[in-house]
Amino acid sequence: MSEEQLFKLESVSKKFVRGREVITIFDDLNMSIPKGDFLAIMGPSGSGKTTLLNMLGGVDQSSQGKIFFDGKNISEYSQEQLTKWRADHVGFIFQFYNLMPMLSAERNVELPLLLKSLSRDQRRKSIEAALKLVDLHERAKHLPRELSGGQQQRVAIARALVSDPDFLLCDEPTGDLDRATAKEILEILQLLNAEFGKTIIMVTHDPAAAKYAKRTLHLDKGMFVDQTSEVAV
Amino acid sequence: MNDLYLIFKNLTRNRTRFILNSFAVFTAFFLFGLLGALKGAFDAGIELSADNRLIVVNKINFTQPLPIAYVNKIKAIDGVKDLTYANWFGAYHQDQRKPIVGFAVDPQSYLAVYEELQLSTEERENWFNERQGMVVGEALAKSKGWQIGDRVPISSNIFSKEDGSHVWDMIISGIFTAKDKQADTNYLMFHYKYFIETQTFGSDWIGWLILTTDNSDINAEVAKSIDALFANSAAETETSTEKAFNKAFIEQIGSIGLIISSVVLAAFFTILLIVGNAMALAVRERTQELAVLKTLGFPSWRIFRMVLSESVFLSALGGVLGMLLAYYAVSGLSNVPQIRNMLPNLVITSDVVATALVYILMLGFVTGFFPAWRAMKLNTIDALSRG
Repeated sequence: MSEEQLFKLESVSKKFVRGREVITIFDDLNMSIPKGDFLAIMGPSGSGKTTLLNMLGGVDQSSQGKIFFDGKNISEYSQEQLTKWRADHVGFIFQFYNLMPMLSAERNVELPLLLKSLSRDQRRKSIEAALKLVDLHERAKHLPRELSGGQQQRVAIARALVSDPDFLLCDEPTGDLDRATAKEILEILQLLNAEFGKTIIMVTHDPAAAKYAKRTLHLDKGMFVDQTSEVAV
Repeated sequence: MNDLYLIFKNLTRNRTRFILNSFAVFTAFFLFGLLGALKGAFDAGIELSADNRLIVVNKINFTQPLPIAYVNKIKAIDGVKDLTYANWFGAYHQDQRKPIVGFAVDPQSYLAVYEELQLSTEERENWFNERQGMVVGEALAKSKGWQIGDRVPISSNIFSKEDGSHVWDMIISGIFTAKDKQADTNYLMFHYKYFIETQTFGSDWIGWLILTTDNSDINAEVAKSIDALFANSAAETETSTEKAFNKAFIEQIGSIGLIISSVVLAAFFTILLIVGNAMALAVRERTQELAVLKTLGFPSWRIFRMVLSESVFLSALGGVLGMLLAYYAVSGLSNVPQIRNMLPNLVITSDVVATALVYILMLGFVTGFFPAWRAMKLNTIDALSRG
């Protein structure tokens, strides 16, 4: 694994105000994620997994501390800067796929490319490549409702990959799938990490899913409680 | 794919709702076009009135006659430029159930006062020199199929001749047009002298007078002088501008403008609520999709623009189709003889079209702004967690 850091979190805290109550999710969280990592983050509900994922993806911001991405402190970015940063660097994969129901698979995959200055031909080639990678190019014209759950998640992976982001954030990517389909999806993620060097950060409840990652961090009450490295599947 | 494709797909994702909303907007603008044309037809007489033209009628009622001696007395008043007079004839051709607007006038002075009426020099001369000569408006001649030189019997449902007949033989000397397309040409005029000398009600009266002033600034002064001249006489006068006279005449059958404006306003308010509610619902239903777009990196302003564009497109689609149908409906109606006789100026004017375009944009912006604003301000984390 390369020692070059993709993410470095320094004394990060995250607090929510609910009425008069201040809820602390993280306090003084420190961590590093090297480039090319496949990290699984596990933990019980309310442990802060998704909040951490959102902060790494620039969807949420820390209350205090610094989040460095490739050496740049993104916790200082404005909402507009974060929006552009997400489009340039992040690929998102959600538990419930979150595809646009009125768009075909290829149009869903094309969405992130609308944020880039690309010709129609360049976009078409990127879409084809992404759909081939998830082995769904033959169903490019199908609407999400015409695809199975596993196929929809593969479209979502293609959408996350199509703009060639620096890393993928996966929030329970197999949470809505049966065991066999989940295995297919995890194998695709593993392939993307191993063959294409994509850094993958995955939140999961499922220990079987976490085994596909290179390492697993267990989060509880805003703190990492133990760490498993280089788990081979 | 581009933003336009996304907007179209979002707009048409629920076909039933899309069709019903478009139909609601379509209905509102169809009504607007139709009623706008109707209002225009009623107001045409007011809009096309000359600023410096005054009408003198009997103070009791404009159907009461005035002595013909008033013509020379009014002519002598300072500020009066040209003066003419006319009398209502109660005309019809062959079928008494189909009345025609017809006036007995003094041809030379009438054409001097109504400069906008267009006749060739030859037609003018023919009319001036032919005692039984009659000029017919282009619209009326077209509907009756009359040509210059035709001998046409015109009957009156008010007056009779000494022989007891109600029919006056006329010869068409000319067919007049008007400078403005919307001006009424659905009437006829003939010699006052021919009329007054052959009817049985006496010969020293006229229906009303029309005059022009040297300039519109002195209208009030001239009107005051005329009415003062005949105050306390057997036939007191009431002088008003042509515009005010026409307006008062139209308002006798109710305030058409107010009725039409009320109907249009009610229709628009209803549509505003329907479309606004539908747009808000449509955006609420796809909160999570909008959050996903934001997560992928779509800027908030772009989301705002896309949602707002949906309602503007919806409004434009329904509005343009509604106005198109109104245009064809008005064109069709204006070719129906009975309607053409009643409303000769029934057209959708450029003013109505321009107003409709403004309303289309307003409807789109008003109904789309708040849903678009909500979409723009959407909290991505909250919206995503709703899944």
